Amino acid sequence: MADLTINNYAMQLDKEHKRARVFTRFRLSDGFFRRCTFSAVMLVLALLGGVMIALAYGSIPAFQAFGLGFFVTEVWNPVTDKFGALAPIYGTVVTSLIAMLIAVPVGIGSAIFLTELCPQSLRRPIGVAIELLAAIPSIIYGLWGLFILAPFVQQYVQPGLISLFGDIPVLSTLFAGPPYGIGILTAGFVLAIMVLPFITSISRDVFETVPPVLKEAGYGLGCTTWEVSRHVVLPYTGVGVIGGIMLGLGRALGETMAVTFVIGNAHRISGSILAPGTTISASIANEFTEAVGDLYTSALIELGFILFIITFIVLAISRYMLLRIEQKKGV
Amino acid sequence: MSRYAQRRRLNFFSISLCYAAAAFGLGFLLLILIALVGKGLGGFSLDLFTQMTPPPGSKGGLLNAIYGSLVMTFLGVAIGTPIGMLAGTYMAEYGRGTKLTFIVRFINDILLSAPSIVIGLFVYEIMVSKMGHFSGIAGAVALAIIVIPVVVRTTEDMLLLVPAQMREAATALGLPRFHVITKIAYKAARAGLVTGILLAIARASGETAPLLFTALNNQFFSTDLNAPMASLPVIIFQFALSPYADWQQLAWSGALIVTVAVLCLSISARVLARKGVGG
Repeated sequence: MADLTINNYAMQLDKEHKRARVFTRFRLSDGFFRRCTFSAVMLVLALLGGVMIALAYGSIPAFQAFGLGFFVTEVWNPVTDKFGALAPIYGTVVTSLIAMLIAVPVGIGSAIFLTELCPQSLRRPIGVAIELLAAIPSIIYGLWGLFILAPFVQQYVQPGLISLFGDIPVLSTLFAGPPYGIGILTAGFVLAIMVLPFITSISRDVFETVPPVLKEAGYGLGCTTWEVSRHVVLPYTGVGVIGGIMLGLGRALGETMAVTFVIGNAHRISGSILAPGTTISASIANEFTEAVGDLYTSALIELGFILFIITFIVLAISRYMLLRIEQKKGV
Repeated sequence: MSRYAQRRRLNFFSISLCYAAAAFGLGFLLLILIALVGKGLGGFSLDLFTQMTPPPGSKGGLLNAIYGSLVMTFLGVAIGTPIGMLAGTYMAEYGRGTKLTFIVRFINDILLSAPSIVIGLFVYEIMVSKMGHFSGIAGAVALAIIVIPVVVRTTEDMLLLVPAQMREAATALGLPRFHVITKIAYKAARAGLVTGILLAIARASGETAPLLFTALNNQFFSTDLNAPMASLPVIIFQFALSPYADWQQLAWSGALIVTVAVLCLSISARVLARKGVGG
């Protein structure tokens, strides 16, 4: 009898021992896993910081050589080691502007179509098709722009524009020059097609947050579809739509491959939007591997740094706006 | 009554514009696909997949580029996915609703749309200029940085969709947090997590800009990760801008391969995402 108790007691001890061991293992693996996830989060933060620091560090030689004059100088001469960022910055801003002028109305129009007009059964397929447009790699847009769009523009669109605006004072300089096909206008147009899906899908998503009651009230008052969209849906979702537009703008500013193909890579500022130009990203893509000399490389890195800061600000504003519409939805 | 007619007219006009806008977007998708198939299919042959990229004027294929793209995309996803998933897990499980999560989500969303050429510059600065030469591994790291934000985003979103009751039930059974996450939450969100990885692969396989000055390019077949490596997008870029007709033809064929791959990945990601959590 006594034997049995002792045996039982020993088994009990053994059991508890095992239990304790399992618990310790659980606790250790738990803590380890938690720490792993935490370091991954820190890594994401460090990534952004790292990009900033690395680019800032790389652009020190150029900044020392040119100072703030870098931003207002148009000269870009690798032979004499004189570099200025004005032409790429100008090209980036103008192509993105053209892209937004086309993509914003078209994107919002498509979103209205998708949420108000489209038959229910077609909504999903068309929405998916527009999102697939966003999945196509940018190099494909570039290839298409160079071989299909540019010749078409050169043959049909640009001569028309030149003769149409040739006699009007201001517009004649804007649309001056021989039709090259490639150039700032074509680049802006390709960019517009690229950012269109972003603007469309975000606008559609925010339009869907409008409470049906509001729209029904509008229709109940006898409003037309357009009036409901214009005076109920758009004002309600204004912040979100602007967020989507800014997201598209961020994409357009930083887009590289599509632009590099069709912009023409000329480091000068031309009054005409038919002329070739360059953008920040196109300059980097074209010249970085061929850049000889530290100053040349550093100037290109400084261009990249400027681009990163600009897109960072634009994207931060975009996120802020989209957050506000999300909060509105939550209330 | 004229005011009513005027409103009707404005409505008709604007609504037609909306139809036109949607047709515009879809039309270009069609135009691009038609051009790709029309121009790319002509150059399709077995050589495309068995021959190296040729010097101008002779026959060849894209084998080294296809291989390079596969290897670097695979490595990039292999490096980026665990990091992204862990970070997403922290945000959805441990740090839900905390300030840190909020900030990381904000930063991650910015990284998601940050210009990819800047990522290329960054990797050039930290790897290529330190090592002194371009390499396939630098290309893979650049792609990993592209992959991370995509995976973080989908992982967090999908884990947030897992019902809290599931976690509570598991915790009530005495499972530690680690097991609740890996055995319950991951399983429930499996379809969604795979969607994220597919989207990441799609994104990485089409990227050109980050590879331009990390992996550079290579006219020969190379399995050495420490040496420059060819990839489809970079070859397309180089060949398309060349004046040789046969190179341009290869560029179109390469573009068709990339696009078909990317669209297949995106569509299957979407099909999986529809199954969503619990599938």
